[in-house]
Amino acid sequence: MRTLRWLIGATVLLGLIALIIVLPVRSAFLPENLNHSGFVVRSLYILVLASLMVVYRVLMGPTAADRIVAIDIFGILIVGLCAILGVATGTSWYIDIGIAWALQSFIGSLALAKFLEGRSFND
Amino acid sequence: MTDTIGMVLIGIGLAFDVLGSLGLVRLPDVYNRLQASTKCVTLGTCSILFGTFLLSGGFTPMGFKALLAIVFLILTSPVAAHAVSRGAHRGGVKLWEGSVVDRYAEDREGEESSNPMNTASHGRIKP
Repeated sequence: MRTLRWLIGATVLLGLIALIIVLPVRSAFLPENLNHSGFVVRSLYILVLASLMVVYRVLMGPTAADRIVAIDIFGILIVGLCAILGVATGTSWYIDIGIAWALQSFIGSLALAKFLEGRSFND
Repeated sequence: MTDTIGMVLIGIGLAFDVLGSLGLVRLPDVYNRLQASTKCVTLGTCSILFGTFLLSGGFTPMGFKALLAIVFLILTSPVAAHAVSRGAHRGGVKLWEGSVVDRYAEDREGEESSNPMNTASHGRIKP
């Protein structure tokens, strides 16, 4: 049973990544004159897939520490997404958005860790 | 040639990101999840940013900002992970049942603890 669940999960994940790589690209939500268009759009889809896995942990986390870790990881993923958007459009201020997001995520993680330390969650 | 190397680096970074997120979903414990996801996602995002540096053609403004973001991420991400794990341990989040050792609880046993609900005796090696 455990092996069956493992195989189903691995098949679904690898199948989704293979679909993203194989299917043709329709960049309806991005402008036309992109650099490296197909590669960039597939990279964005794979990052969105990783972000959905992180959002699952935010919604389903058993304790509060799980959610804090997941939100921290989500911020770091957003930095990569902003960098890829900056490559695609050729404008450099997307990485500014990424740096500011990472700064806010860092300060928020430190504050929430300090908040975790004072309370007990072992019910 | 430089564009190819940059694309390969971005691909490696995407693989690290997906594997780190998979570890965040699959592993059984807060500390295991933090261990897997923080390292993998930080290294993967640094690889993506270095690929961005190569694809944008060296020391243009975008490449310089990408290098700055790499330095910032490497400096801040382990600090945040350490603070969250310390706060979780002090706040009383239990370890997984299969954990074999808990050094931090052993270290804190000698000190007098301000939190009466900590899990100081949980997860140690039975003699």
